[in-house]
Amino acid sequence: MYRIIQSVLVALLLLAAVPTGLRAEDGLRDLVNALGEAKLSEVDEHIAALAKTGDPKVVPVLEALGEGNLYARKADGQVFLTKESGSNLTLTDPVSGESAGEAPKASLSKVKVNNSVRRAVRTALGSLTLLSPDRNARLKAVQSVLQSPNADALGAIENALAAEKDGEVRAMLEQARATTLIISDRPTEEKKEAVRLLKENGGREALSILSSALGSADETLKPDIEAALASIEQTQALWAAGQNVWYGLSLGSVLLLAAIGLAITFGVMGIINMAHGEMVMLGAYTTFLVQEVLRTSFPALFDWSLAIALPLAFIVTGTVGLAMERGVIRFLYGRPLETLLATWGISLILQQSVRSIFGPTNREVGNPSWMSGAFELGGLTITWNRLWIIVFALAVFAGLLFLLKKTPMGLQMRAVTQNRRMASSMGIRTPWVDALTFALGSGIAGMAGVALSQIDNVSPNLGQGYIIDSFMVVVFGGVGNLWGTLVGAFSLGILNKFLEPYAGAVLGKILVLVLIILFIQKRPRGLFALKGRAVEA
Amino acid sequence: MTIRARVTGAFLAAVLSTTAFNGAFAAEDTIKVGILHSLSGTMAISETTLKDAMLMLIEEQNKKGGLLGKKLEAVVVDPASDWPLFAEKARELISVDKVSAVFGCWTSVSRKSVLPVFEELNSILFYPVQYEGEESQRNVFYTGAAPNQQAIPAVDYLMENEEVERWVLAGTDYVYPRTTNKILEAYLIAKGVKPEDIMINYTPFGHSDWQTIVSDIKKFGSAGKKTAVVSTINGDANVPFYKELANQGIKAEDIPVVAFSVGEEELAGLDTGPLVGHLAAWNYFQSVDNPTNAEFIETWKAYTKNDKRVTNDPMEAHYIGFNMWLKAVEKAGTTDTDAVLDAMIGISVPNLSGGYSTMMPNHHITKPVLIGEIQSDGQFETVWETPGLVVGDEWSDYLPDSKDLISDWRAPMSCGNFNVATGKCGGKGS
Repeated sequence: MYRIIQSVLVALLLLAAVPTGLRAEDGLRDLVNALGEAKLSEVDEHIAALAKTGDPKVVPVLEALGEGNLYARKADGQVFLTKESGSNLTLTDPVSGESAGEAPKASLSKVKVNNSVRRAVRTALGSLTLLSPDRNARLKAVQSVLQSPNADALGAIENALAAEKDGEVRAMLEQARATTLIISDRPTEEKKEAVRLLKENGGREALSILSSALGSADETLKPDIEAALASIEQTQALWAAGQNVWYGLSLGSVLLLAAIGLAITFGVMGIINMAHGEMVMLGAYTTFLVQEVLRTSFPALFDWSLAIALPLAFIVTGTVGLAMERGVIRFLYGRPLETLLATWGISLILQQSVRSIFGPTNREVGNPSWMSGAFELGGLTITWNRLWIIVFALAVFAGLLFLLKKTPMGLQMRAVTQNRRMASSMGIRTPWVDALTFALGSGIAGMAGVALSQIDNVSPNLGQGYIIDSFMVVVFGGVGNLWGTLVGAFSLGILNKFLEPYAGAVLGKILVLVLIILFIQKRPRGLFALKGRAVEA
Repeated sequence: MTIRARVTGAFLAAVLSTTAFNGAFAAEDTIKVGILHSLSGTMAISETTLKDAMLMLIEEQNKKGGLLGKKLEAVVVDPASDWPLFAEKARELISVDKVSAVFGCWTSVSRKSVLPVFEELNSILFYPVQYEGEESQRNVFYTGAAPNQQAIPAVDYLMENEEVERWVLAGTDYVYPRTTNKILEAYLIAKGVKPEDIMINYTPFGHSDWQTIVSDIKKFGSAGKKTAVVSTINGDANVPFYKELANQGIKAEDIPVVAFSVGEEELAGLDTGPLVGHLAAWNYFQSVDNPTNAEFIETWKAYTKNDKRVTNDPMEAHYIGFNMWLKAVEKAGTTDTDAVLDAMIGISVPNLSGGYSTMMPNHHITKPVLIGEIQSDGQFETVWETPGLVVGDEWSDYLPDSKDLISDWRAPMSCGNFNVATGKCGGKGS
C-alpha cells in the first residue's frame, strides 16, 4: 500500500514538474537539456523536436552534437557547447551563446553520439541551413539533403529554390528537389519530370535514389525509372573505364616514384641495392619528424610541411647513401652477389634501428589540407593526394632527366658508367662520381618517401613493400634507361588496374608478375634496351 | 691464462651448463614464462606491444611476491615474423629454457606452426588474438575472441541498429579473413540476405593501392540499400585503406566500416578526424570506464614511461590469460603441465571490461562483446554491448562441416572435436 502511495506521489510530482518546465521562459533550453538525459535510441526524436523549432540558435547546438562537443554538467544536467582547453573544457551556454567559464572534464559527461544520431543531425541541419546567408553553408546544406533525402524536407527545398540566386547552389537544389520529390507523395506527372531531370544529371546519388524508388513506384512511373536507370548505368560504365585509366596512372606514378631512385643506383650504376626501400622509409620518417616539430612549434606552417620535408629528406637519405657507398659498396664493385647480400644486411640494420628509435608502430603523418579530399571531374572522382603525387612524380622525373642530360655532373655520371677507364683518363674523379651518383639515387628515393608517406603507413616496414615493385619496374622498362622506367611504371600501373576489377587484387598482381616473366623471356633487356658499350659494363 | 687452465675452464663451464640443463640447481629458483612474439619483421608492429605487456604483468606479479613462493622469470625470444621460426623458437623455449607456459603468437599461421610442438612436448600456450575458430587443442588456451564473440555480434548490431541490407566483406587474403567471411556469409544468408547483396573481396598483405576497391564499394553502396563494410583487413594495409576511404569521402553515416583487426594501436598511426563513426568490434576498449581498467592503463603508462601509449584488446587477453594461469598454478600447487591443464578449466578472473571471464571446457573464455565508434582522439566510444558474457564457440554452427562438433577437455571426454552426430571423437581438424 505504502508503495502505491509513493509511486502515485512521484507521478504527481513528475506531472507538476513538466508544466513548470514548459512554463519556463525558454522552451529551447529544456529541449537542449533533454539531450543530456536521453538514451542513444531517443536522441533522434529530440533532434527532430529541436529542428522543428526552426530557431537559428539550434544550428550551433546540432553542429556541436554532431562533432561530439556537447556535454552535460553532472551536477545539474545543464547542457553546454564545449571547446577543449588542456584538461578543462570551456563552456558556452547553448541558448544565450555566452561563455559560461571553464570546468574540468570529469565534472561533465559527453552527450553520446553514434552514426544514426549523426545522420539525424545532418538531415536536420540540412533543412535548417538551406536559407543561410552564407553561400558555402547553403551548398553544404544542399549536399547533405542530397545525401540523406527526406520527403518532409521538400517544402523547405522548394522555398529555398524560390529564394536562391547562386547558379551552382540552384542547380544542386534542383537535383535535391527532384530526388526528394521521387520519394514524396506528389502526383506522378511531377515525378516523371523529376526522373527526367535525374536521368540528365546522372551520378551515383541519382542511381541510388532511383533504384530504391523503383520498388515502390506505381506502374505508370516504372518504365520511366527503368529507362533512366539504364541510361545512367551506361554513362557510369563509360566513366568507369576512364576512372580505371586514372587509377592506373596514379598507381603508375607511385611505382615511378619508388623506382626512379633505383633507376639510378641499379639502372645506371648496376648496383643491386636491396636497401633502396629503406631510403624511401627514411624519407617518410623525415616527413614525420618535420611534422612533429611543426605541430609543436609552428602549427601555422603545417600546410608547408611537405615542402620543408622534401629538401631535408633528400639531404638525409643522400647522406646515408653517400656513407653506404663510401663505407661498403665501393669495395664490392663488380661482385653483384656480395653487393646484394651487403645491401640487404644494411636494409635490415636500418629497419631495426628505426624500429628501436621510433618504435614498431605506425607513425602519424598528416595530410596537409591541399592534399585531402577529392573533387569530381565529370563522372571521375579525383583525389587531391593522388593528383599531386602524379604531378610530383613527373616533376622529379623531368628534373632528373635534365640533371643527367644537361648538366656537367650528369655528363660525368654518364661518362663514368659508360666507360670508366676512359672517363678516368680524361681527368674525372671516378670514385667521387660513383659516390655522388649513389647519393643522388638515394636522395631521390628519400624524396619519394615524402610523397609516399601521404598514402601509405609510416612504419619500419614501409620500404619492403616497394622494393620488389621497384626492381620490377626497372627491369621491365629496361636497365639503364630513364624513359624505360617511366613507360614501364605507367604501363604496369594501368595494366594492374585494368586486371584488378576482373581478377581481384591478389590474382591481378600474380597475373602482372607472370606477364612480366613472359615478357623478360622474350626481351631479356626490357622495353628499352641499351645498346652499345654500356651493355658490357 | 695457460692453455691448461683454459681447457679446465672450458670443461668446468661445460659441466656447469649440463647441470643447469638438468635443472640440478639455479633453475629451481624461478618459474620461467616464455614470451613468443615477433620483435622484428612485419608483425613486430603488433606483437612488440604484447611482449612489453607480458613483461609488465610479470614484473607486477613479482612485486606481489611471485608465484608459489618463487619469482617469475620471463624468457623472451624473437621469431621474427617467420612462421617456421615460430616452431623452432617454441621448441627452444620448452626444451632448452624449460618454461612452464608460453604466451605468444599473433597470426593464425604462426599458431598453426607451433601447435605440433606444444602437443609433442606437452606444454601450454596462451593465444591472445581474435581468430577464426575451427580449432580446439589440448595444450592451447584461446583468450582472444572466437567468431561468435566478435564477428557475429558486430553483424547483428549493423542489422538491427543501422538497418544494413547490403554487405561488403573485405579482407586480407589468408586463413583468418577467409574462414571468418565464410562463417559470416553463411550467417547472413541464414538471416535472409540475398547472395547478390554480399560482395566479398580479398587483397594481399600490405596492399597499399585501395583506389579501385574503395570505388567498387562506393558503387556497390549506391544500389538504394543501406550498405556496410565488414573489414577483416589486417595489419599495415589498414592505414592506406582508411586514408582512401576518407579521401573518397565515404562517411560512416553513409557506409559504415566495421573492423575486427583495428584497435587503438593501429589508429595511433592515423589522423582519425575523417574516420569518426567507423566501427570496431572487440571485447575491450581502452575507453571502458572502470577502476580495474584505469589502474591497468596507469600501470602500463608508468611501465612504458610514455603517457601516449595505448592499450588494446589482445593486451587484455594476455592480462586475463596470465591471471588465469597464476590462479591455476596456485590451485594445482605445481607448474606441471597436466595438473595445470586440469586446474585451468573453470578458473574465473576479473577482465578489464568490468566483469569476470571464465575458462570454459573448450579452452575458450567468456567475454562481453563491445561495439565502438572511432573518435577524433583515436579512441573508441562504446555504442553497444552484449547484455551478458558470451561463451567462445570454437566450432561454428554456421559451417556445414563443423556444426556437429563440440569440444570438451574435461575427463572423460577429453576431446577437441567430438562429433555429436556420430558420437565419436575426431572429425574435421583432428
